[in-house]
Amino acid sequence: MAERTQKSKQTTRTEEAIVETDAAAPAATESGEKLKAELDDLLDEIDGVLETNAEDFVKSYVQKGGQ
Amino acid sequence: MALPKVCGIETEYGIIVRGGESNPVSASSLLINAYMAKVTSRGASRAGWDFNDEQPGSDARGFSLDDVMVPELETSLVNAVLTNGARYYVDHAHPEISNPETTTAAEAVRWDRAAEEIIRISVIAANAQLALNHTSRPAGGEIVVYKNNSDGKGNSYGCHENYLMARETPFGRLAAQITPHFVTRQIFCGAGKVGCEAPGAAHDSVPYQLSQRADFFEEEIGLETTLKRPIVNTRDEPHADAQKYRRLHVIVGDANMSEVATYLKVGTTQIVLSMIEDDALGDDWLLGHPVPAIRHVSHDPTLTATIMLADGRRATALEVQWGLFERAVKYEQHHGLSSVGDEVGRDVLVRWEHVLMGLESDPASMASWVDWIAKQRIVDGYADRHGIEPGDARLKAIDLQYHDLRAERGLARRAGLDTLVNEADALSAMTNPPATTRAYFRGRCLAKYPESVVAANWDSMVFDAGREPLSRVPMMEPLRGTADHVANLIDESDTAAELLARLGS
Repeated sequence: MAERTQKSKQTTRTEEAIVETDAAAPAATESGEKLKAELDDLLDEIDGVLETNAEDFVKSYVQKGGQ
Repeated sequence: MALPKVCGIETEYGIIVRGGESNPVSASSLLINAYMAKVTSRGASRAGWDFNDEQPGSDARGFSLDDVMVPELETSLVNAVLTNGARYYVDHAHPEISNPETTTAAEAVRWDRAAEEIIRISVIAANAQLALNHTSRPAGGEIVVYKNNSDGKGNSYGCHENYLMARETPFGRLAAQITPHFVTRQIFCGAGKVGCEAPGAAHDSVPYQLSQRADFFEEEIGLETTLKRPIVNTRDEPHADAQKYRRLHVIVGDANMSEVATYLKVGTTQIVLSMIEDDALGDDWLLGHPVPAIRHVSHDPTLTATIMLADGRRATALEVQWGLFERAVKYEQHHGLSSVGDEVGRDVLVRWEHVLMGLESDPASMASWVDWIAKQRIVDGYADRHGIEPGDARLKAIDLQYHDLRAERGLARRAGLDTLVNEADALSAMTNPPATTRAYFRGRCLAKYPESVVAANWDSMVFDAGREPLSRVPMMEPLRGTADHVANLIDESDTAAELLARLGS
């Protein structure tokens, strides 16, 4: 099974896609840093909008079961 | 040839009243009434929902529980039909919007976005009323609505999908063959959850999982939707010609904040169902033990856990998805994708492959498409930054707030998710129906003849055209009553009486 899946998976990829991945490798660190900077900005923003008393908020979030 | 996979999403939203008396039924009613007061023109009556043909106790396996089951629909509660063809009502202490019938995943996402906007406007209108009405509620009470599926304390509420199926497709085969998709599609359409709610498991035994809903599924197949939930629901209530159609009522999914996730959830399911209807899927991926498998997959964000197939082999959820995807590629070559809309169907295939490749090589790369990954990024990032251990209430608060529909508070809208629907299209879908299904007739009639529509439901409308008796217009064909069929008729009829005369001629 695993073998068959592996084989058929590869047929879905184009050579192009594989080459692209290799060529993109040097840029990976750069984009990794960009992602981290974006996450830092996002976390800064989230610090500003997060519910102030998390414990009370989580405790009081009670729903009746539905479908 | 598979039938067009007419589809619709129904969402029960979470609701709380902050700083006020929290009665979810009255809060939900207030929400809907406030919206209807805002959008219904003065003097126009409001059409009610017509319960005549509702039979939620009918089972696809051929028997009926309607006589012994308490009706699930509480007819006394607020219930409205919107000009976009949707139903907006109170169900099980939650506000629910059942979107109009659509034909493609792209349309389904557009009306799902419209539903979010309807909720947003409702919340603003309801809170304005609460602020004015200090006598019945403490001042400062505020309604907040969440598009999620669990409160983290073992209570779940649904986001259901519905798909049109041919009656002649054997239900047993349909149930068996769709199960592998329902168990494994959560790797790209799970909405993510902090903690565990599986019966008997400690909340912190699973710090983070893929799905909101997986913990609540206890059966492979069955009629229930609120207890002992089944992966395949057998409710047999086609809301259409029962000789020709069934409606597959899917209760296993999460409500998605990510538009791409909703698009993939609906689009891939439409394609898999088309393959089943054309008997082109085969039994290679049937599962051995679907109930433990759905949790096993959900509880493993590394995507490396394996589940047992019916023939004893083991495979990861990704491998099962690759298997279904490859069948879908072959299906497209041999049958085409007209049942899901050719152009949208091909785009779904491209994105389906892309998301599987991303999940396989680097799940974090899918954070702009996949809710559970976008949420996990925030939860983990926040925990790292503040040195928080799993189990801290702040992480659960992030989980809940990811789904907060308020623009100023919601975290999903800050998470960098890709969008598919532009703002103008989402806003216009709040009041306009899809052109491609009978929802068009329903919505246009409600907009143009509000005083004459006495009641509406999925498969009929009742008109009072000023003469006795009332006229019921049956709509048993989901693909009749489209813009192509009736736009001119409605445009040319100034009154409901004229329309009915033209329809009758």
